[in-house]
Amino acid sequence: MAVLSLDQVVGGYGDTQILHGVSMHVDEGEIVVIIGPNGAGKSTAMKAVFGLLNLSSGRVFLDDNEITNMPTEMVVRQGVCYVPQTANIFPSLTVEENLEMGAYVRKDDFRPRMAEIYDLFPPLLEKRKHAAGTLSGGQRQMVAMGKAMMLEPKILLLDEPTAGLSPKFRGEIFSIIRTVNNAGTPILMVEQNAKQALKIADRGYVLVDGKNKFDGAGQALLDDPEVAEMFLGGGSHKVAS
Amino acid sequence: MEQSYGIFLYIISLATMGGMYAMLTLGLNIQWGFTGLFNVGIAGFFAIGAYVSAILTSPETTRHLGGFELPYIVGFSASMIVTALIAWGVGKVCLRLRSDYLAIATIGIGEIFRLILKNETWATNGPRGVSMVPKPFESLAEPYNQLMFLALVLVTVAVIYLLIEAACKSPWGRVMTAIRENEPAARAAGKNVERFRMEAFVIGCMIMGLAGAFTAQYLKFIDPNATELTTTTFLVWVMLIVGGSANNKGAILGAFLMWTVWSASEILTSRLPDDMAIRTAYVRIFLIGLALQIVLQKFPSGILPEKRPKPSGSHE
Amino acid sequence: MIALMEFINFYLIPGIVLGSIYALGAVGITLTFGILRFANFAHGETMTLGVYFTWTLMQITPFHPLVILPASMLLTVLVVLGIDRLFYKPFRASPTIMVVMASFGIMLMVRSVIQFVWGVQLKGLVPGIQRPMVLFDTLRISPKHMVIIASAVVLVLLIHLLLSRTKIGKAMRAMSDSPELARLTGIGTEKIVMTTWVVGASLACAAGVFLAYDTHVETMMGFKLLLPMFAAAILGGVGKPYGAIAGGLIIGLVEELSSYPWIGTEPLLNPGYKAGVAFAIMVLMLLWRPSGLFRGRVF
Repeated sequence: MAVLSLDQVVGGYGDTQILHGVSMHVDEGEIVVIIGPNGAGKSTAMKAVFGLLNLSSGRVFLDDNEITNMPTEMVVRQGVCYVPQTANIFPSLTVEENLEMGAYVRKDDFRPRMAEIYDLFPPLLEKRKHAAGTLSGGQRQMVAMGKAMMLEPKILLLDEPTAGLSPKFRGEIFSIIRTVNNAGTPILMVEQNAKQALKIADRGYVLVDGKNKFDGAGQALLDDPEVAEMFLGGGSHKVAS
Repeated sequence: MEQSYGIFLYIISLATMGGMYAMLTLGLNIQWGFTGLFNVGIAGFFAIGAYVSAILTSPETTRHLGGFELPYIVGFSASMIVTALIAWGVGKVCLRLRSDYLAIATIGIGEIFRLILKNETWATNGPRGVSMVPKPFESLAEPYNQLMFLALVLVTVAVIYLLIEAACKSPWGRVMTAIRENEPAARAAGKNVERFRMEAFVIGCMIMGLAGAFTAQYLKFIDPNATELTTTTFLVWVMLIVGGSANNKGAILGAFLMWTVWSASEILTSRLPDDMAIRTAYVRIFLIGLALQIVLQKFPSGILPEKRPKPSGSHE
Repeated sequence: MIALMEFINFYLIPGIVLGSIYALGAVGITLTFGILRFANFAHGETMTLGVYFTWTLMQITPFHPLVILPASMLLTVLVVLGIDRLFYKPFRASPTIMVVMASFGIMLMVRSVIQFVWGVQLKGLVPGIQRPMVLFDTLRISPKHMVIIASAVVLVLLIHLLLSRTKIGKAMRAMSDSPELARLTGIGTEKIVMTTWVVGASLACAAGVFLAYDTHVETMMGFKLLLPMFAAAILGGVGKPYGAIAGGLIIGLVEELSSYPWIGTEPLLNPGYKAGVAFAIMVLMLLWRPSGLFRGRVF
């Protein structure tokens, strides 16, 4: 059963339409990756879930509840967490304070959850009193994800989690994503490094010009000659827009 | 007969002051209307122009620097050059940062200049100010002296208006609009955004300096109160916003209209008993401030809105 | 030795007093800049208003200004929240420069109300001149100055506890770091904005009252502090409350010490230009490092 689903979503910013009918879904326990050329509306599709975009038509569901055009704060309270590509931590707050902010909408005791996050990302425990802005790129990404997971979200949205990181860190991030997923959180992510992302993904969607172009299991997309030629070629090092 | 002559003279003075405010609003319009620069140091640049011109043209005195008795044209030119230089310095520091910083720095310039005027008594006669400033056409008989001065002001306003209109329609003006509408795109097109901003800022300040020079000659006197925020800076802002920013006709209309309101309300309140009159002066400022807030919220484009080539726009 | 004591008594202590006042005021400026993202020109008038509330309450009650302070803080906060609702809130989604302009208008509106209601003549908060206390034979410190410094220290500690120990305080710092991320994290903007006004207005009121307690009550007193407070906020790094405190102390000290006869017997800087010191520091900072000592945001 789908945790999150988008049904024929149309929308954009102001007068500019970017999404012209995007449908996708994420099932329990899955990693789903969105790939496509620059400007295809990949990140925009995520923002559509998050109430950051006005949808002119189409619907978004979380479990069976409609969350179309719901204010961001409410979407967070419903259990969707979003890690943007840049500016995804509070640099002047300590690591621990960042995690606390992740739990901002929680009313209950979040300390057990924090311990779990530290178990998942041991380097963070060591640096918990450091300002998050002083950490390395990979560790910042851990803070960003750890912060999002403080809510024990029903689903985690990641916008280009490896953008701008070196190949070594990229591998590290992908293994973190797997760890998070193994711990039970379904993940929907946008990735430029399509090949690596599809390898860890259960399924993938290819968006072109704001519409679904292909979809299928991660491995199936990797093997599809047309997809491979169009999107998996030398393009994996492109700088994200 | 006597009374109607008095009204006639009053209207002339109203129009003369309105014309000088029109220079200020036109200068501010280049900065805010066309370029989006938030200058709240209008009073400072105005005062710089006023003092430079006053000191250069006035007769010898022991009270302050002076005795040059230079022609008006030199006073006016010098006031523009000096304000331009100071504006350039301010621009160098602030224009690469967001508008708020320019606002803080320009309000600082006004304050610094007020300190200089008060402390450097040898040059400025301190708080007592510079008096005996000569006034163009003052040797003519009344009302011809007043009328000639008014004509000079109106011609100057017209010349400034025509020059700005021409500049706006030129390639320079189009780049200016492009920068304001979409700065990243203008940068990508290889435009030197900082240089264009600097030009707009300096030109706007020069016009404000000129307005200061005119005011000093007209009133024959200038003192540090010229740096007062309320009557110069704030009123000019209200004039531009009410008239319609980014529209030069709107800027001029706003200046004459708001000056009439301001000046007429002063006449009304001055009829009240002394104590009341002083207090109602504050009510006037409050009401003008309230008018600004209402216009900002309800009619942000003013009486004469900007004429745009294409209707799309996220700026306002 | 005598020269040293003179330096401490007449330059250093007044510098710390002035610096504490700037520091308290600058916290409000920097938080508004960081969280609401605009330079609030009406902050000086908030101070003045707080002072006049205090003065009025002192006319009708027999209490010391410090006892009255909480009540006048509350009144100031209520007025500022009302101003936010009527004049700033409509611009939340607009380009920030609209709010800057609105605050510029509010500055003059509030001042004209003060001048209308209370008149422009000087008033004193506490009558008479107090004899300074002499410690260790030579250290002269007036009780007023001791009260101001001690109260400022208490308030700074309270701000520190708020910002580092409470959820709302941490959320304020988070929003000052990155408003977009704060929103994505589910931190409600309006609640934080309200808290920012509460904190900023209370501290402004306190700073104003301390200044009035040290000098006198006057309608332009807040405006005169505006530039040093902006300078302190920029010096410390915009959006950084700790930076603003440090910046305020530095500017207060430099202002007072600038007229000390460091070279020869004449004051280094004509005291008439004291008010220009803050501006000079601000300009140098903008040239050298616009992000400030504490690496704040640059817009």
